[in-house]
Amino acid sequence: MSLLICKNVSFSYDGKVVGKNITFNIENGDYICIVGENGVGKSTLIKGILQLKTPINGNISIGDNLKLREIGYLPQQNEIQKDFPASVFEIVLSGCLNKLKWKPFYGKKEKLMAEEKMKQLGILNLKKQSYRELSGGQQRRVLLARALCATEKLLVLDEPVAGLDPLVTKELYELIAKINKDMGLTVIMVSHDIQNILSYANKVLHLHNNNSFFGTVSEYSNTVLAQNFAEGEANYV
Amino acid sequence: MFNIFLEMLSYPFMRRALIVGVLVALCASLLGVSMVLKRYSMIGDGLSHVGFGSLAIATALHKSPLPISLVTVVITAFLLLRIKDNSKIKGDAAIAIISTGSLAFGVMAISLSTGMNTDVCNYLFGSILGVNQNELYLTIILSIFVIVIFILCYNRIFAVTFDETFAKVTGTKTDIFNMVIALLTSFTIVLGMRTMGALLISSLIIFPALTSMQLIKQFRLVVICSSILSLICFLTGLTLSYLYATPTGATIAILNIIFFIIFSVIAWIKGKVLQ
Repeated sequence: MSLLICKNVSFSYDGKVVGKNITFNIENGDYICIVGENGVGKSTLIKGILQLKTPINGNISIGDNLKLREIGYLPQQNEIQKDFPASVFEIVLSGCLNKLKWKPFYGKKEKLMAEEKMKQLGILNLKKQSYRELSGGQQRRVLLARALCATEKLLVLDEPVAGLDPLVTKELYELIAKINKDMGLTVIMVSHDIQNILSYANKVLHLHNNNSFFGTVSEYSNTVLAQNFAEGEANYV
Repeated sequence: MFNIFLEMLSYPFMRRALIVGVLVALCASLLGVSMVLKRYSMIGDGLSHVGFGSLAIATALHKSPLPISLVTVVITAFLLLRIKDNSKIKGDAAIAIISTGSLAFGVMAISLSTGMNTDVCNYLFGSILGVNQNELYLTIILSIFVIVIFILCYNRIFAVTFDETFAKVTGTKTDIFNMVIALLTSFTIVLGMRTMGALLISSLIIFPALTSMQLIKQFRLVVICSSILSLICFLTGLTLSYLYATPTGATIAILNIIFFIIFSVIAWIKGKVLQ
């Protein structure tokens, strides 16, 4: 049984159709990388997967063993968070909110869980620090820890390495690969960084106006799309 | 100092102003943190103008002003939240239209009925004489409601303020909690309008939060510090305005500004030293 099935899905964004007839399915334990040019609908597709946006065609269905509100999500950095006065612990803990149901406050169980996730990502020592004073890489780890609190199955990452330097980027990739392998979480990641990402992922979804590609990394490397895209990226850099 | 305080409290109207003020200051500072961080400061300001407009119209029609303003302000708050989500008129323009519009209607209502007199001044800039017995009861009930709901929703309000999308994805009903924030803010604004004045009430919401954020880096501590600051400013402001017959709202707002400057300077010096 697939974790997530996406069949002939199209979205509209600002009156334009972005991402036509996207079809793919995600199995347990996959590490899927979504690539494609700007404006082709990567973030919109992510919103669709998270059920924040309804497709105009096709449908996205979620497998039996995945609960809709238990998807861990790492959004793109937003403006508000840059100067937000909150401690690392407060933020990570907020990932446990979906476990509270109707209770107003966090209990011991949630607090222990938040601490455990911080430990796994090596940020337990930052527990009492302020989020706005952390480096970009540390901030990303905090948000990753929060996402891990919210899920045990599926992690959705929207450009997690944007704005990070190469060394920190590599560290974050290693960490995500570890989460995928050791903790057994399925990962869906949007990225521009095609060169590096292919050595970690096992499948690729390349969104392209009319003919999107979905398949394994080795299948993808042989396609014209991949070569053009890699060259385009090289020129771009 | 203590004697002055006792003397102040021997007047019934001062006792009422004190109770109303303390409660409103507390509510305002709690909600302020979320309002400032969500970039909703101007909504608070806009709502207070709407409050003034409906207060003036209600008075002109000889209806009880507080309940009517409560209803109008709550409705406007919900509308403003909607506008922010989906509309061609952008949030800030919408707020400007609504706040100047209701100011105009308010002034018109007053000048047609009683003429421009001290009443207008009281509405706009606040008066400690303004609170009557019924309003006192209403204020006590509503502000306790605001404080209790805020505490019960605290963790959700934090999540919705810090990252609305994440909160939504993980199953928090963000629309409902945005409405809770809007509702509580509307209550606070209307309740505070009599003492602080329509033009100054939003200072009570914005300043304590902004001041605390200069130095404090944890959400919970920012909330606590804002409430303490807000209470200090209100109590000192009320006493000063009693002693020197200064307008209450303005005195409290100026004290808030002074605290803001002190905190900013300390934060600036701290930044320099750490470099």
